[in-house]
Amino acid sequence: MYPEELKYDETHEWAKVEDKVAAVGLTDHAQSELGDIVYLELPEIGTEVAAGGPFGVVESVKAASDIHAPLSGKVVEVNQAAVGDPALVNRDCYGDGWLVKIEMKDSSEVENLKTAAEYQEFIGA
Amino acid sequence: MTKTIHTPLYDRHVSLGAKMVEFAGFVMPVQYTGIIDEHLTVRENAGIFDLSHMGEIFVSGKGAPAALNNLVTNDVEKLKIGRALYTPICTPEGGIVDDILVYRDADEKYMLVVNASNIKKDYEWIVGHMPKKLDIVDRSLEIALVAVQGPQSEAIVGEVVGQDLGDLRYYEFENVVIDEIGVRLSRTGYTGEDGFEVYVEAERAGEVWDALFDITNGIGGVPVGLGARDTLRLEMKYCLYGNDIDETTTPLEADIGWTVKFDKGDFAGKKRLEKQRDGGVKRKLAGFVMVDAGVPRHGFEIIDVDGNKIGGVTSGSYSPSLNENIGLGYLDLPHDELDTEILVDVRKKPRLARVVDTPFLKLLGGK
Repeated sequence: MYPEELKYDETHEWAKVEDKVAAVGLTDHAQSELGDIVYLELPEIGTEVAAGGPFGVVESVKAASDIHAPLSGKVVEVNQAAVGDPALVNRDCYGDGWLVKIEMKDSSEVENLKTAAEYQEFIGA
Repeated sequence: MTKTIHTPLYDRHVSLGAKMVEFAGFVMPVQYTGIIDEHLTVRENAGIFDLSHMGEIFVSGKGAPAALNNLVTNDVEKLKIGRALYTPICTPEGGIVDDILVYRDADEKYMLVVNASNIKKDYEWIVGHMPKKLDIVDRSLEIALVAVQGPQSEAIVGEVVGQDLGDLRYYEFENVVIDEIGVRLSRTGYTGEDGFEVYVEAERAGEVWDALFDITNGIGGVPVGLGARDTLRLEMKYCLYGNDIDETTTPLEADIGWTVKFDKGDFAGKKRLEKQRDGGVKRKLAGFVMVDAGVPRHGFEIIDVDGNKIGGVTSGSYSPSLNENIGLGYLDLPHDELDTEILVDVRKKPRLARVVDTPFLKLLGGK
């Protein structure tokens, strides 16, 4: 449920770092807590995001929540498939349900994120 | 903080894997498998609900019909024994204290089913506004409530009570037996589907739930939490107290004017409501569908196409049956007219919506 190769933040996003770019999505815990996801509001390509800052909104049937950037940088790709079918995030939050890719400004920020084990401890899993 | 209350079915919800939340002081299931699945299963098949948080207040004694008629806006004196009625209770100013169901058990005996969030307030209101000689008893915690809703509900409940329910009509009730347990069986609900509500003594609620659950589950029905209960009622434009109606809104503004019987004699709020009826309301609860992306939520502002504030969202959600985002809100007249284009302020971004006819979902509304 919490892949070892990913890094996690306390607002329940994951980051998959490859060179200078990090793919970002919601954790299994987040999608499960939200329930059926019906709407995603994601930034335009080129938007600058700051670690810990909100960059989008996810809405389930019940409620809306902000999506936070685990890392600072520039949005270089947006998953339009997930925007069109937000339930992808429920079905495959680490795969087809990824949200954006961020070109990192400062790779050292990755060290501030949690490992899978640390995140699981954080959520009490 | 006051202690939260577990219904008699709490353990069953937990073992079914429900996500539990606090609601009006009770710990209730908000969802089991998922809101959309539960919602659609009720529309197509059947669902079973624990509604034990609802309150039951009994009013009886000499003169109860006239006294109660003075308290509520609908006509409970005309109500036949064995039938139920939906009615607001209003303040002298016409605001809504609560919206309730009134069951007539006997000539001078009624059961009032009130919203969980209003049990204490309603009890005090009723005691404070009724003659002292009447017997007014709050039995909310002694009575559990299990609902079965959906097109298959007649077959399910009929099998459990062992009788044909074809003769029990919409808003009728009778006392029946389930596994040697006496219950009140009512053909009522909050989903727009055919359905039943079963009132049972709290100590026996588990057995009644099990009997109904087994048959429901056996034909592909599911347990349903408060999440889908909300989306089901929203598609029918049934008001939710605290969201769509409260003491600052009147039944005429809430578009439930049919529950106000001006010809029945005096009742709390009558003067103010007559004035509103004659002068016309200034705002009305209307339904709208989002044209732009975005989900309307309680508290969002509504503006006209020129940017003037014309109202606010009282309820809103993704509608599983319509696959659209829908909402209710009070709109200043004449913006409540069908097809009017309005803008919903979704997190500082105005999103286009259109006023539509309600209920959003056209159903037969039971028997």
